[in-house]
Amino acid sequence: MKKSLGTVAVAAAMALSLSACGGSGSSAESAKGEVSYWLWDANQLPAYQQCADDFTKANPDIKVKITQRGWDDYWSTLTNGFVGGTAPDVFTNHLGRYGELAENKQLLPIDDAVKKDNVDLAAYNEGLADLWVGQDGKRYGLPKDWDTIGLFYNKAMLTKAGISEDQMKNLTWNPQDGGTYEKVIAHLTVDKSGKRGDEAGFDKNNVAVYGLGLNGGGDSSGQTEWSYFANTTGWSHTDKNPWGTHYNYDDPKFQASIDWFAGLVKKGYMPKLESTVGAAMADTFAAGKSAINAHGSWMVGQYTGYKGIEVGIAPTPTGPEGKRASMFNGLADSIWAGTKKKDAAIKWVEYLASASCQDVVASKAVVFPALKASSDKAAAAFKAKGVDVTAFTEHVKNKTTFLYPITDNTAKVKGIMEPAMDAVVSGKQPASSLTEANNQVNALFK
Amino acid sequence: MMTTLTKNPAASSDQRSARPGRIRRGGLRRYGDLKIALFFIAPAMIGFVLFYVVPTIRGIYLSFTEYNILGDPEWVGLDNYAAIAKDPLFWNSLAVTGQYVLMNIVLQTVLALGLALLMDRVAKSTLVRGALLLPYLMSNVIAALLWFWMLDYQIGIVNQFIEWAGLPRVAFFGSEEWAIPTQALINTWRHMGYTALLIFAGLQAIPQHLYEVAKLDGASPFQTFRKITMPLLRPVLVLVLVVTVIGSFQVFDTVAVTTQGGPVNATRVIQYYIYQRAFTESDFGYGSAIAVILFLILALVAFIQMKFLKGNESDLD
Repeated sequence: MKKSLGTVAVAAAMALSLSACGGSGSSAESAKGEVSYWLWDANQLPAYQQCADDFTKANPDIKVKITQRGWDDYWSTLTNGFVGGTAPDVFTNHLGRYGELAENKQLLPIDDAVKKDNVDLAAYNEGLADLWVGQDGKRYGLPKDWDTIGLFYNKAMLTKAGISEDQMKNLTWNPQDGGTYEKVIAHLTVDKSGKRGDEAGFDKNNVAVYGLGLNGGGDSSGQTEWSYFANTTGWSHTDKNPWGTHYNYDDPKFQASIDWFAGLVKKGYMPKLESTVGAAMADTFAAGKSAINAHGSWMVGQYTGYKGIEVGIAPTPTGPEGKRASMFNGLADSIWAGTKKKDAAIKWVEYLASASCQDVVASKAVVFPALKASSDKAAAAFKAKGVDVTAFTEHVKNKTTFLYPITDNTAKVKGIMEPAMDAVVSGKQPASSLTEANNQVNALFK
Repeated sequence: MMTTLTKNPAASSDQRSARPGRIRRGGLRRYGDLKIALFFIAPAMIGFVLFYVVPTIRGIYLSFTEYNILGDPEWVGLDNYAAIAKDPLFWNSLAVTGQYVLMNIVLQTVLALGLALLMDRVAKSTLVRGALLLPYLMSNVIAALLWFWMLDYQIGIVNQFIEWAGLPRVAFFGSEEWAIPTQALINTWRHMGYTALLIFAGLQAIPQHLYEVAKLDGASPFQTFRKITMPLLRPVLVLVLVVTVIGSFQVFDTVAVTTQGGPVNATRVIQYYIYQRAFTESDFGYGSAIAVILFLILALVAFIQMKFLKGNESDLD
């Protein structure tokens, strides 16, 4: 087994140098045949299927078999594949997961190929390419897309409440009184007898429309739930990112932000956590039960796809330090270390990361591709569909993004933070209880 | 006629219980049958060894290691067990599971007993008897999802009815107070018919002439139930209890497709916690150690039930 792997590696090196010279007469088996590829987002499947077809047209020796698996069992099926030897050659990877996979030697470093094939890492949106360099300094993926957070709002409700779209675009926030963000949320909240949240006699126990929708407690990252305002206070999840070794859930600035968030539930401006189990937040927005939903750019298609609802998208509010903030998450395609089609897999990954494929993805207007040029094309494609996505792209342009926290032990951190955050958002515990959870989290890094 | 017919099963069970003794006396014959016996046992045996004995032993071994499945297991002795003893989430999972089992078993057994009596006395049509089994024919996951949607806080039909009745909506899965009772009720609904069927079989094995005698002596239906049905049903009831309690302790699928341990830790039942530690957090050693503890708890519970409810003795003898 070991020996055959060695020969494959030698053959791979040869094939690589050959293909770099433009020679098509490669004899290496690993540059031919079928490459298996996994992704989890069904919305993106058509775009990538087209990429695969185009790729096979250009490389008739290589076929790509795409499998889409829902997020819920994507990672456990993948792990089983690693152990059982049936994992896909190439798969969509997530920042929250790849550290552990790289550490367990399940990912193939692709530095040599990237260097040899002159992949221009500067062509990607800033910071995206660096995310995929592991703690050992090796590259484990090429960026495919990115996402930021914005505020989806119901235009009809805004008009009825007398709030202009200009006001929506210039919201401010602070953890003490919530700024104009809270004022707008309060005014958009309407109880069953028609009283608004900021009027006398508002019945917080019989709310018909909540000013702000709730997705959940947000566990360790709070990606769409609370990170977009908590991080405007200057707080950050970890001591450094990527590869921090200390989490900061005990920071008073963070806890004040979360107390404000949980306070919205107490005031009746946001649904109770218990009511969020089941129906998705976007669907309750579509059902007219919330006026604003903070959500990620990958949800644009869904929000703008509901019939009978006019949706606008505003940037997240400006915080006490005078800046907006949004988590910047990016996906990449990685190669499984146990692949038998190493060369073909590398070719496919490089194709996925190239303008040829990312422009196709851009044209479908579902996500923002990682390449700067393709991102612009995606924005144009959204615009052609009548959707203004500057709320999302503005974060990248103005550099108001912060990275998804990349550390070791992310699954365990989530395991601790999920119940802890739920307890706070449901009002069972004060935000100061997060200090204890934070101690447990940091004990994982000792 | 009826009496002799129903008496037969009891008689044959007497024969069965007598047989092992006879074989034990005839040593030669035992070995003579060995080859054929092994041949017939083999299919079940192979499955049992491959899918039960080997994984169990491996699980016990892994419980003494630190193992993230992608690397190699590393021996850590009793570290996992020491950590579990101090793990509040483990104790929480025990309490939550206990709560679930108690609600599920009490309700399920009482309802199943009632259904079995109805099947025995009233509902003699095969169609009605078969219909009682319908929920059990549904997969656990489907049953859970079905109720998950019907009981949804925002769009569920049950909450719609509750609202029409003028009552406040109930977060069946979302509130900490309701999450476990809701799931216990769903699984009661699903398993009730099957449990009733088992008890019904037990009822049919009770000789009819005893009831006739009781009637002649002027016993009331309640007296008959208490003095004849219950004592004679005991072995079957104990078996049913042992099986359903073990099954109830292993509740997982309902939780996995609905609340996933939440809200907070209200439904983090022991099996789900094992899954979370092993498969989500890649801590297979720790997960195995909890599984071993669960195994010991179940063995103890089954032993106590058999011992104190005398499940292996029948009052018919």
